[in-house]
Amino acid sequence: MPLLDVRDLSVVFQRKGAEPVRAADGVSFTVEPGQTVGLVGESGCGKSVTSLAIMGLLPRRGNRVTGEVLFDDTDLLTLRPSDLRDRRGRDIGMIFQDPLSSLNPVIPLGVQVAEVLERHRGRSRQAALREARGLLDAVGIPDPARRLKEFPHQLSGGMRQRALIAIALACKPRLLIADEPTTALDVTIQAQILTLLKELVDDSGTALVMITHDLGVVAGLCDTVNVMYAGKVVERAGRHQLFGEPRHPYTEGLLQSVPRLDVDRGGRLHQIRGSVTDNIPWSAGCAFAPRCDRVIDDCIGDTVPLEPTFRGGALRCTNPVPTEVPA
Amino acid sequence: MSGIEALADHKRRRIEELIARTADAGGVSLVRDAGRRLLRNPTAIVGGTIIVLFLIVAIFAPLVAPHDPVQRFPELIKDLTVDTIPGATAGHPLGSDPLGRDFASRMIFGARQTLFVGVLATLIGLLLGVLLGAVAGAVGGWIDVLIMRFTDVMLALPSLLLAITLVALASRSTQWTVIIAVAVVNVPIFARLLRGSMLAQRGSDHVLAARALGVKPRNIVLRHMLPNSLTAVIVQATLTFAVAILDAAALSFLGLGDPDINRAEWGLMLGVDGVRYFEVRPELAYFPALAIIVVALGFTLLGEAIREALDPKNRR
Repeated sequence: MPLLDVRDLSVVFQRKGAEPVRAADGVSFTVEPGQTVGLVGESGCGKSVTSLAIMGLLPRRGNRVTGEVLFDDTDLLTLRPSDLRDRRGRDIGMIFQDPLSSLNPVIPLGVQVAEVLERHRGRSRQAALREARGLLDAVGIPDPARRLKEFPHQLSGGMRQRALIAIALACKPRLLIADEPTTALDVTIQAQILTLLKELVDDSGTALVMITHDLGVVAGLCDTVNVMYAGKVVERAGRHQLFGEPRHPYTEGLLQSVPRLDVDRGGRLHQIRGSVTDNIPWSAGCAFAPRCDRVIDDCIGDTVPLEPTFRGGALRCTNPVPTEVPA
Repeated sequence: MSGIEALADHKRRRIEELIARTADAGGVSLVRDAGRRLLRNPTAIVGGTIIVLFLIVAIFAPLVAPHDPVQRFPELIKDLTVDTIPGATAGHPLGSDPLGRDFASRMIFGARQTLFVGVLATLIGLLLGVLLGAVAGAVGGWIDVLIMRFTDVMLALPSLLLAITLVALASRSTQWTVIIAVAVVNVPIFARLLRGSMLAQRGSDHVLAARALGVKPRNIVLRHMLPNSLTAVIVQATLTFAVAILDAAALSFLGLGDPDINRAEWGLMLGVDGVRYFEVRPELAYFPALAIIVVALGFTLLGEAIREALDPKNRR
């Protein structure tokens, strides 16, 4: 049984006097216990909205969330707000993109780590602070006793993200959702943070949903990858599968857009034509069609379904990139 | 042996010395940093000096003043006519008022009264304003609309006019009616300011992060939103001191304050004796007026300086 089973999750933003926006459009994927699943796509494809919807963190007004989010067979979307709050931070942890703005600027770090332990483990402030010291130590923050008393602005970017990881993992959740955890960090720190995350989830058996636009992160970390485009999953495959033989033209385009050292320097960097706003609605065919190099007549018409591939993944494309091995 | 272990002793000591000197001395807290910038700012020093002097005089009034402010000296006004209100004499550096009370002592005790009214009016206004603003910003919806429209109405009226109306509503004027009136006039300003920063906090990442940890709504408001929203309100409070002092003085000047003639209050002194005897003894008006202006100026200068010091744009 999967730990997290997202079924047909849709988030629609209502706008006054304008067409509603389908930010996430029938997203389905599963996460097995201990597994690391990637959610990849460019800005605006619905990755973050999906994660916020899973956690029930979208604003109450102005949007409609439909579908099911089964965590341990409980639908988080129909849970009472207070029950959901009890699970957040305890069963499901979350790490955000910008570590500075995700920490409260006026509270010392220790209190912020302690808060979650007080909330979910019923610890006293003193006991929680003692435990917090060990947690900071575990995420590789030097001199944790001193850091506990410091404020977020006194820490470096990498240390802040380590602290956020410590907070998210304080209650040993079974699922961790990391929303672009390395985007705000420089490259050397990125690598450290990713290694740390990998170690921690491997050691504790925590399942990880990694939301990112960085294919390098995916390559290093994820077991399964879901590629999203315009609110829908367009391709799902194992890591090696995805990098070795991308089937969806969008996935292929993403992979080719990564700068490489081993090809000649004179050539232009590959780019996907147009921008993410040049879409057609999914109801009229494939949203990616206007930007696709492999577009054919069949791409326009009905919604393209997400169909299972023979290798256990799934693909939403009428004219996929051919594989070496015939299907 | 490798690294600095392999160096000669004095070289190694030198390196350790240099490391110790450049070591991270721990970060600087916002308050300490702001405090340091305040001490370097001439505006703050001028404003601060005025206020400290004013505070000392107010607190130690009985020690500083040469006489009891309500004690009358009949010998000073023995042969009083309209144009012979006694000026400075031995023991009475500023002379006396028309009732024969030592004017200097009354000025000194006036500082006490002014401080009392200013501080209380500001604190009460701050408290009510923070309460309303926090509720509006945290709850939102129709409660927010209701509170904000209410503050709109109050802000639409000139503050002194509103204060006069409030004082007039009371059956009998005491110094408390003045304090309450001045406080209420300042409530909408605080409420508005706080609500604005609360709204900004509501959409902030760290509040989202706290919600993602399952923190209870009450704690999100009290621990995460409110403390981050208070800076603007605190600055406004220092500026409000000045306004409160001026408003309270204005109410007394207009005869709407405490009718007790023994109370030494600058606005009252200015309004009764200062106006009546302005042509013969203008000092009776000059000194209270000057005191009000200087104190209000002191609070304004300090408030401005604090605002500047707390502004994150000025941090290094």
